Amino acid sequence: MSAPIPVEFRDVAKRFGDGPPVLQGINLAARAGDLIALIGPSGCGKSTLLRLVAGLSPVTEGQVTVDGRSPGEAAGELAFVFQEATLLPWLTVAGNVEVPLRLRGVPAAQRAEARRRVLELVRLGDRADAYPRQLSGGQKMRVSLARALVVSPRILLLDEPFGALDEMTREHLNEELLGIREATGWTAFFVTHSVAEAVFLANRVVVMAATPGRIHAEIAIPLPYPRTPDTRLSREYLELVAQVSRVLRSVEATAGTTPP
Amino acid sequence: MRKPLLSLLLPAAAGIAFLALWQAAHVALGEDLRFLLPAPGAVWQAALDHRATLLRAALNTAEGALLGFGLAVLVSVAVSVLLSLSPWVRRALYPYLMAVQMTPLPVLAPICVIWVGAGLKSVALLTFVIAFFPLVVNTTQGLISTDRHLVELFELCGARPWQKLLLLRGPAALPYFFTGLRIAATIAPIGAVVADMNAGTSAGDGGGLGFQAVIFASQAKYAALFATAAATCVLGFALNAVVLLVAWLSLHHWHDSYERTDR
Ligand SMILES: Nc1ncnc2c1ncn2[C@@H]1O[C@H](COP(=O)(O)OP(=O)(O)O)[C@@H](O)[C@H]1O
Ligand SMILES: [Mg+2]
Repeated sequence: MSAPIPVEFRDVAKRFGDGPPVLQGINLAARAGDLIALIGPSGCGKSTLLRLVAGLSPVTEGQVTVDGRSPGEAAGELAFVFQEATLLPWLTVAGNVEVPLRLRGVPAAQRAEARRRVLELVRLGDRADAYPRQLSGGQKMRVSLARALVVSPRILLLDEPFGALDEMTREHLNEELLGIREATGWTAFFVTHSVAEAVFLANRVVVMAATPGRIHAEIAIPLPYPRTPDTRLSREYLELVAQVSRVLRSVEATAGTTPP
Repeated sequence: MRKPLLSLLLPAAAGIAFLALWQAAHVALGEDLRFLLPAPGAVWQAALDHRATLLRAALNTAEGALLGFGLAVLVSVAVSVLLSLSPWVRRALYPYLMAVQMTPLPVLAPICVIWVGAGLKSVALLTFVIAFFPLVVNTTQGLISTDRHLVELFELCGARPWQKLLLLRGPAALPYFFTGLRIAATIAPIGAVVADMNAGTSAGDGGGLGFQAVIFASQAKYAALFATAAATCVLGFALNAVVLLVAWLSLHHWHDSYERTDR
């Protein structure tokens, strides 16, 4: 039996109420281990697309399947990382990371073990007892990432997770994310506004267009993993960044016009 | 250590200045009008003279205030959870909650007396009515103001409604709840005193500060009347202090309204 496709969109359209279509004609299949970057003008439906996968919002037409099942049924395989760290301020780092396990009724000893493992992964093992307000923006985001990883998800959905961070922190976290991926192995959708980030992380970059939100182009990123800070200096990387930027600019230039 | 010292010295200095002004005003009024504003010393003397009466009245009022206040906390939390369930529930029930709040105590008092008789039960019930509204409004607001992403996170993790309430909405509503609690703690002793004036009884030494104020006023014991006023203040401060302490214990390590000590 062949493994089911981790995430598949088939002719998906999405509207909110009787509003205009927010997404239309979406066809996309993620292979196991794919890290797909979604990039496109603001309002083109990137967040909505992730929310469809997570089952936080129903599709209007077509079908989204996660591991061959409906998103609702596959919720246990998924983890979501939001743009803000969205931590519970009254819980310590340890408490926050354990929330998803607590909600699933995992016993305390097992929770603590899983929490220690993921906090090591994000290099925050020594901050388990800190409260969120004692952390920097980058550290908070690491906790948020740890909280997503603690359930050992097969599919990770990241909605501009590092968008609010400074360039240096973001690059560090990008490298760490790829390192964690080597160690844990999941399929991921990663929404970003940064072409450099998309090219550095992803093996596939999907460029979206707006009104209605749709897939404009897909660009393969054949740079080998593991990628390191040196990757950012390589000629192939820079050429791919230029290529994706050109495609993105062509989409943004036509933003607002109705498609043929 | 300069700041804590200053924060003690400032109110103390202001208090001394206030007493001095009071004394000056008393003197300035002249022989004929002095009875309108008894001197601070006379009020202190009256408090000592009537200390047994005042203490018993204060304890009676405190009992009514605490019973009503405690009941208001319990009921308001339950009602807030109910109200937080849907905007429809809120729309349906809010007008009636407000109607209770808008009926003045002196009008409610005789109704209470008919229902549960004059005395402690009536005072507690009326205090409950007064303290309930700020608690329920603030707590409900807190329960429905949870960060949308956090709610979604919980839903993604398959959280049951009771888990959402206990682990997310409840803790997130705590700062709002304590805002309501502080207002309630301020008005509950006032409510208890007013209730005592309107629905109290002196039978079996059951009179409170409100009842005592009426008696002192009728006897033209003005200094004792001022001492009674001071006693109600002490009661209010005590309840507020307890609430502030509980709020600090629950919030200081995570909520932004408290200064970080680990800068
Ligand atoms: N819950 C909602 N109700 C109505 N419209 C929505 C809702 N969520 C998103 N939209 C609309 O859908 C479009 C796409 O939004 P979004 O997915 O957030 O875009 P992006 O993440 O690409 O910036 C926007 O026009 C937005 O206004
Ligand atoms: Mg978005």
